[in-house]
Amino acid sequence: MGKTFAEKALGRAAGHEVKAGEIVTVEPDFCMSHDNSAPIARTFRKIGVKNVWKPERIVFILDHAVPAPSDDHAVNHKETRQFVAEQGITHFYDVSSKGGVCHQVMCEEGFALPGLIMIGSDSHTCTYGAFGAFSTGIGRSEMAAAWATGQIWFKVPESLKVTVKGSFRPGVAAKDLILTLIGDIKADGADYMSVEFHGPAIEAMSIAERMTLCNMGIEMGAKNAVCPPDAKVLAAIRDKARTDRWEALWADDDAVYAKELTYDLDNLVPCVAKPHTVDNYAAIDAVKGTPIHQAFLGSCTNARIEDLRAAAAILKGKEVAVRTIVIPASWKIYRQCMAEGLIETFLDAGCVIANPGCGPCMGNHEGILAPGEACISTANRNFKGRMGNKESFIYLASPLTVAASALKGEIADPREVL
Amino acid sequence: MKITGKVWKYGDDVNTDVIFPGKYTYTIKERSEMAKVALEDLDPEFTQNAKAGDIIVGGKNWGCGSSREQAVSCLKERGIGAIIAKSFARIYYRNCFNEGLPIIISPDAVEAIEAGDEVTVDFDSGKVVTARGEFPFPPYPDFVKGLIEDGGLIPHVKKSLGLK
Repeated sequence: MGKTFAEKALGRAAGHEVKAGEIVTVEPDFCMSHDNSAPIARTFRKIGVKNVWKPERIVFILDHAVPAPSDDHAVNHKETRQFVAEQGITHFYDVSSKGGVCHQVMCEEGFALPGLIMIGSDSHTCTYGAFGAFSTGIGRSEMAAAWATGQIWFKVPESLKVTVKGSFRPGVAAKDLILTLIGDIKADGADYMSVEFHGPAIEAMSIAERMTLCNMGIEMGAKNAVCPPDAKVLAAIRDKARTDRWEALWADDDAVYAKELTYDLDNLVPCVAKPHTVDNYAAIDAVKGTPIHQAFLGSCTNARIEDLRAAAAILKGKEVAVRTIVIPASWKIYRQCMAEGLIETFLDAGCVIANPGCGPCMGNHEGILAPGEACISTANRNFKGRMGNKESFIYLASPLTVAASALKGEIADPREVL
Repeated sequence: MKITGKVWKYGDDVNTDVIFPGKYTYTIKERSEMAKVALEDLDPEFTQNAKAGDIIVGGKNWGCGSSREQAVSCLKERGIGAIIAKSFARIYYRNCFNEGLPIIISPDAVEAIEAGDEVTVDFDSGKVVTARGEFPFPPYPDFVKGLIEDGGLIPHVKKSLGLK
């Protein structure tokens, strides 16, 4: 009987064969935390261990509210820097032009690698599955304990196999696939499971598109989400892998799945997730014309160069009808946008460009909504209050749909402006 | 161990943003302050009036969304005795054990219990006891029993490392 990806990755880390349902204790290859590094450091000190187990396996990336928007945030960042110095943390991305949204930086900088066990004190840590890693989000106490002991326990998850074929029609994007899937199986449809993306359409996708899919695994309850570590991944990590511990692992053809689903991209249409849950699917026809007050192109889900090119192609030579915030996911992407003239396109269209970071995604600082306002966003959550105001409304969509909607000031079908 | 309290009842997919809003994640550091904003974006009445010993009953997928542990800490600090739900999102599930907040998975109990009921969770016999009936729940996995007995992950790690 074959093995799933999760069984292989956790078995490799545990040093023995495992199957779904078993509990294993493993050593993480990398531990990522962001602005919550400081509170985790306070918890770590409570344990009473003097030093973290392996400072070179810990990565800190400040992104949730950068540069610090208040004295509370500034103190938080300061405590992070103090801990970095005290513990000799090797990989620290401070507020600087080397950084960006934590998950983007982890992928760009060669930490996300096939077969690694990666934990992060952020629920969207599942993004690294686009590189074939077993990656999952955990809480603060658990991260503090991992720093102290170098160990974390996992129940080997059952797996959901999603096979994807066909090709995207014009105006349809990876975001539409993942919003459709979540709409179908709902917010708990993959609870506790490892979601594997298979099929020719996944192989045809860019790594950016795969990151969009894996990023939102948590929105259907998944423990992790993963794509095959194929030639595209191996090319992407060449010369930048931060460790040689990686190994390209993939599920056997005869692996056993708890559930299997198939999607044909030819059948997909642009869509949104309506307020206030990510599984509240609506095809574009059902919502177009809905007035919006703000558009947001950014976040760890959809602010890579491919996303911004697609949005810029729609905005080029036109003007947005509502305030539109553009935040490239990293400074590397920002520079690429400059080199390609996208920054000028966004500015000419009337967009505001903010520095790379999480921006308005979770209501921490900039881009907060007023009561009664609606925002169309490329981010991953539309929960009530998510963007800082519980009387506002968030619609999630692809970069294409967000750009098209920004031009009209209402939710719009990107196929009509391509 | 037995916990008896008044029930606050909610629906499916209650997420961590409405339990502990993201805007507070870096401005509120003290647990006592976290407790004051618990469920602010879901139920202001709870935020105003919940008392130590009260019990929360939720639908499926309680605690979905962000990994923020404050969404557990704020309820633990508020004195919530237990959360009974049809199912829990996985990071929240782990965070509850790590924080020492008892959780019960019992779809039948959730169906039967109404807001304002007084219910007892009897951990020794593994039953939720209400005026509407008794509902057995499965024992915790062996692995997490140690966590609960030690009062959460941090005390558990200290103990396992021989630290006081």
